[in-house]
Amino acid sequence: MADATDTRKGGLPERLERPGALQFTAYVALAAFVIWSFHGAGWSFSALLSGGPAMADFLSRAWPPSLERLPQLSTALFETFQMALVGTILGILVSFPLAILAAKGLTKQTFVARVFYSASRLLIALFRTVPDLVWALVFVITVGLGPFAGTLAIAVDTVGFCGRFFAESMEDVEKGPSEALTAAGANKVDTIFCAVVPAAMPSFITTSLFALEKATRSSVVLGLVGAGGIGIELKVAMDFFDYQLAMTIILMIFALVLCVERLGNLARNRILEGSPR
Amino acid sequence: MMGQAQMHITGAQVPVTPPTAQTADKRCDLSVKGLRKTFGKDQTVLQGITFSVRSREAVALIGSNGAGKSTALRCALRLIEPGAGSIELFEQDVSDARLQTLRKLRADVGFVFQKHNLVPRVSALTNVIQGNLGRSGGFRGWTQFLAPSALRNRAMDCLHRVGLADHAMKRADQLSGGQSQRVAIARALMQQPRMVVADEPVASLDPVAGHEVMELFHQLAREEGITLLFTSHNVEQALSYSDRVLALKQGEIVLDASSNTLVPSDLSKHYG
Repeated sequence: MADATDTRKGGLPERLERPGALQFTAYVALAAFVIWSFHGAGWSFSALLSGGPAMADFLSRAWPPSLERLPQLSTALFETFQMALVGTILGILVSFPLAILAAKGLTKQTFVARVFYSASRLLIALFRTVPDLVWALVFVITVGLGPFAGTLAIAVDTVGFCGRFFAESMEDVEKGPSEALTAAGANKVDTIFCAVVPAAMPSFITTSLFALEKATRSSVVLGLVGAGGIGIELKVAMDFFDYQLAMTIILMIFALVLCVERLGNLARNRILEGSPR
Repeated sequence: MMGQAQMHITGAQVPVTPPTAQTADKRCDLSVKGLRKTFGKDQTVLQGITFSVRSREAVALIGSNGAGKSTALRCALRLIEPGAGSIELFEQDVSDARLQTLRKLRADVGFVFQKHNLVPRVSALTNVIQGNLGRSGGFRGWTQFLAPSALRNRAMDCLHRVGLADHAMKRADQLSGGQSQRVAIARALMQQPRMVVADEPVASLDPVAGHEVMELFHQLAREEGITLLFTSHNVEQALSYSDRVLALKQGEIVLDASSNTLVPSDLSKHYG
């Protein structure tokens, strides 16, 4: 009986494509760079092992958590969440029109539209690439210490984050519904709001809720530079070696972030499976 | 072929029979002359085709995959910019029309796509209401809960005409293929079109749903005097539901004949 492979024109294909000399060199260089980066990052197994007892010492000194300043800390934690919420909402509101301008193929191909496209993409990139801590420092200088500076920093960071993902999700939606409405004589604005935005809505919701979770975590850190919230309380507790109070704050932050994540998941599922409009 | 007159189309001698539909009149709703379209540098899809669709006439455009059917329909509404040639819709020039004029002309044509192209996640009713955007745009036409009562009522009438009034609040992405295509037809009806253009409207449907959808088109064309231009791969359907058949092959019109002078084998040879 003839072998089945006899009738085939080609032989069995290679499981993996053999890399070319240049590609192979690039892989080796990449691997070398990663190893070098471990060195640059000060990676030390001995420090990791010797750090174990120090961590155990910290935990023993931090336990049980101190409940003495619980009312004041709760107020600061609530303020932290308020900063995150308001900053995220402001950021989403600003990022939506920016994302429409920054989405490829959504607006007309005129010179003015191209200028707006480039400007909005540049602005989003600037907001995204500069870390929120830097924005917080800038706003502390411009509007003063306190939660307002933190809120503005979160808003700007959210514009950078949501602006990019909103634009990408609008670029990725199926073009069919837009074409159908264009064929029916709809104008560009109507087409965007009727065909593109509803199709991109699941991505908008997921991105927005993720932005809120991200902002909640960020708002804790922003307090360290005087931009309001519970972060400053944590810094003071650590500076004064009041580890029991620090542990209380860490656990409160953990609970807040967990709550926001869980509620975000619930909201996401309810909205995405909700009744049609 | 069966004694038809010969007519010069795009440089080729093609057998032609005048439309026999009693309902068709002499006005042309769509007139295409020398339409050319090339994608990229050298992928010529349409080689200067010429055809017309008379008012209240039902015309089937057939041809194998890649023959240029969809491109021709899209060029007719300038959803794709034509390379050369002239296009007239309702005796108005489309080729050089300004965007606002073009939108008004498009509003008179209900375009039904192969994949229905409904907006997902919103209701069937909202999809139908959006069919009116070409007539009156603005946020009140975006969704059913913002729409004026008169618009909602008209949209419900359209859904009723396609037998889906009880599915008005169902999400478009939860409808079956046949139901989706019916909603797409209702959306086209919402435009109160003078002409319906359907690009392989039953290609993604099972035979029963496909037959139902074609019957619906037939009924609309006959009862409401709407001009119909549709593409199809199904030669029996093309003959049953049209007054006239055009065949496209390699970007050229190779047949333009009355349906009642043709048999399926006359069309089958234009595939492949």
